[in-house]
Amino acid sequence: MGARTAADGGVEQAAGHVKKGPGRRGGVWRSAPALIGGALVLLMAVLAVVGPIIWGAAAERIDAGAILQGASAEHPLGTDNLGRDLLARVLVAGRYSLALALLATLIGATVGIVLGALPSVLPRRGARLVTGAVNALVAFPGLLLAMFTAVATGLGARGAVLGIGVAIAPGFARLTQTLAASVAGADYVAAARMLGVPRRRILARHILPNIAEPLILNLAQSLGGALLGLAGMSFLGLGVQPPDFDWGRLLFDGFTWIYVNPEVALGPAAAVALAGIGFNLLGDTLARAASRSSAGQRDTARTAPPERAGEPDPDAVLEVHDLTVSFPGGSTPVRGLSLSIAPGEIVGLVGESGSGKSLTAAAIGGLVPYPGTVTYGRLRLGGADVATLSGKELGTALAMVFQDPMASLNPALKVGGQLAEVAVVHQGASRADARRRAVDRLGHVQLPEPAKQAAQHPHELSGGMRQRAVIAMGLMGTPRLIVADEPTTALDVTVQRQILRLLREVVEETGAALLFISHDIAVVGELCDRVVVMYAGRVVEELPADRLADDAAHPYTRALVASLPDLDTDRGRPLAGIPGTQPAPARVGAGCAFAGRCPLATERCRSERPELVVHGLRQRVACWEVTS
Amino acid sequence: MSDQLRAGPGSPAVRRTLRTGARRIVRFAVSLAVLLVASFTMIHLIPGDPVRASLGPAAPIELVQARTAALGLDRPLPEQFVTYVGHVLTGDFGTSFLTGEQVGDVIAARLPNTLTLALLATAVALVVAVPLGMWAAVRTENGRNRGTELAFGTATGTAVAVPEFLYSIALVAVLAVGLGWFPPAGKAGPLTYVLPIAALSVGPIAMIARITRVETLRELGSDYVRLARAKRLPAIRLHLRHVLPNTLTATLTMGGLLLTSLIAGSVLVEYVFAWPGLGLKIVESITQKDYPVAQAVILVYGAVVLIVNLVVDLVLGALDPTSEIKEVSA
Repeated sequence: MGARTAADGGVEQAAGHVKKGPGRRGGVWRSAPALIGGALVLLMAVLAVVGPIIWGAAAERIDAGAILQGASAEHPLGTDNLGRDLLARVLVAGRYSLALALLATLIGATVGIVLGALPSVLPRRGARLVTGAVNALVAFPGLLLAMFTAVATGLGARGAVLGIGVAIAPGFARLTQTLAASVAGADYVAAARMLGVPRRRILARHILPNIAEPLILNLAQSLGGALLGLAGMSFLGLGVQPPDFDWGRLLFDGFTWIYVNPEVALGPAAAVALAGIGFNLLGDTLARAASRSSAGQRDTARTAPPERAGEPDPDAVLEVHDLTVSFPGGSTPVRGLSLSIAPGEIVGLVGESGSGKSLTAAAIGGLVPYPGTVTYGRLRLGGADVATLSGKELGTALAMVFQDPMASLNPALKVGGQLAEVAVVHQGASRADARRRAVDRLGHVQLPEPAKQAAQHPHELSGGMRQRAVIAMGLMGTPRLIVADEPTTALDVTVQRQILRLLREVVEETGAALLFISHDIAVVGELCDRVVVMYAGRVVEELPADRLADDAAHPYTRALVASLPDLDTDRGRPLAGIPGTQPAPARVGAGCAFAGRCPLATERCRSERPELVVHGLRQRVACWEVTS
Repeated sequence: MSDQLRAGPGSPAVRRTLRTGARRIVRFAVSLAVLLVASFTMIHLIPGDPVRASLGPAAPIELVQARTAALGLDRPLPEQFVTYVGHVLTGDFGTSFLTGEQVGDVIAARLPNTLTLALLATAVALVVAVPLGMWAAVRTENGRNRGTELAFGTATGTAVAVPEFLYSIALVAVLAVGLGWFPPAGKAGPLTYVLPIAALSVGPIAMIARITRVETLRELGSDYVRLARAKRLPAIRLHLRHVLPNTLTATLTMGGLLLTSLIAGSVLVEYVFAWPGLGLKIVESITQKDYPVAQAVILVYGAVVLIVNLVVDLVLGALDPTSEIKEVSA
């Protein structure tokens, strides 16, 4: 799919855009459906112009000797009851079908846009009346509206066009209304209103121009709908009347003979179907082109697995050696990370957003989203390679807690059931036993009235209670390691304290280790035994938490610590920050990733990457300036 | 919306649900009233004299006058409207111009046939489309299997774009007339149901499958799925127990909307298969200028659509405890 820039790589967030595809706005036009749709519509336009000129005479030529014939070399689609060539008639009818559809769409769009815009200029009561009427009409099937109108205005092309126009109008009105309402809230409209600009002028100058694009888009889609609707009306005999003919009328005529000769209905049916498909594909493409924001790329370059190194540490609960997470396109958010956690130890993994800490957690849990690739020299949980662990072992030995407790419980299921299923699935417990254990665990995390809460849906619990429930879920098994990825970030400060205390208690009781991931170095310093600092996908320093304030060696860690306000901080001055930003995962050069922001950086830092080396007691640092 | 805000966050969820339900019923009643006025107006909007148009230019003037008087069309408009509303409310829809039948009897005989067709087609559509959409979502999650995604998108996009009467014609031409596997028309026995239901449900299948896929993809990307995966739940449990319930609201909303569009779409399908439902009647009555029948059938069609919409709204409101909250914050 052509060359792509590396900059738009990185981890794709699933939120928002569900459809992902070629990176550029123009890319949607190169897909097969877009090409087919465009070609079909173009073909139809050409046909509408030249059809009657070329085949006009043939379509009207009556041949008494060739009445109601099947397909033949002379008449590829057969002939009708007057011996007229059906292929020619289909080709000629395109112009009339398209013209009527165009007319109906224009009528519908005009009426709809006026109706939709009215509420923004009418007085309040009138606006409500119009809105209500539009809402009632939108719920009504278009075909019925069209038939109603056709009855009232008389059978024939005019009635059908008016009918389809009326059927299209409510949709347009609703769309205009919604769009106008969204624009009406914009600052520039508010500003114009403050300046006393009349509402009619606001509508014409500010609102309509800003909603023109989606309206035009809808026009293209409505055209296809109008074409099909008119074909339907004519097919029922409620539209075009002889001697005029459109595709629907040809279908009406052909259908009469379908039991005798099925192929006479084929030509017009195919024409209507192709027209419908063409407009639909084109409409889809237009809509996608309008809404597409650039998404990532998906080459499947694979990184070579790193070499295995060192001896396994039998005592460690978690042992990570040379962990790399990479994404297609050369983006590698986690690079050669090594980490080891002892039983009962609380290790804080700190770093700013994008430093790779959450992906590290995901890799440990085997949850890196496709198309990410995880490679490691060693990734052992409780002494065994995670790849060899069964779902049951992983599901009970590893507990995970995520950032947003509002999102990490299933809104459709009761809290207790979500806990209980761990026991049911992995431990073969009966439903009743699993339930009892779930209530017990909920009580264990100090959730008030655990039996009652277990029977409730997540939205009935507060954020802090939900996070407790998630932690309790991890305690359903016998966790060796709890990975908590920013578990308190989404909570308010008092609740944060409680959750941190709970995590510490759980560690003390169960002997599980805790990998606590946070961007908040103050919290980490308080809670953890040991701190691991990540920058741009690598560990730059690790040291005991109690020495963080005094002995931090890496310039980045020192900057993080310095950025914390304390009692001595001069409140009159702005808080200290770190100038610059972390490089994107695809843009990390050969040297130290922090060099660009580091006050101590030298030429060597920019060209040669420092390794993590021992620096004092239980401390390791990756920095040329500190260690050499 | 404002009355909901006034209720405050402390009011019980039950009361909120009831209030929303009451509001929807009021909305329904208003729509029904509009429909009643519209169907009354229809016969007066017809250019010229509807009785003359119906009886033809050759009919003697005395007959036209007698028929006009019998229909009450010579009375003042407000009086006619009151009479009309009174008749409709007592189930009297008038008599056919052509056959002299009671229109109410015609509707009573035909409405069940239309509803059966629409309901069965909706059921078929849901049963086929939801698994299809979920399967497509799981297979194409995070952009894997681009081929499947393209094929699914193209197939459903094409299926949606072709109107149901073309499916009907194709099915009649190929399976009924060509191969003789199914009866081409009429309603007699289970076999005659197959083709109309197939024709009606292809489009909705494609539509619902697309919606289900998008909804499923969204849920698959959510945190609770991540947590469920961290729990190492088996795939089938993850998808059926965790993901499916969360996609159902949107799917059922769509299903409800489709049911109304199916009821309308059945007009064309009934016409092709000569299915003795209301749809066929509406077409006949319009082409034959049998205005009392057309008027009543359109009224009934509209009322059925409104009722279905109301029921879908109420059912969804009861099913999804969070939907009101969403409505308030929207």
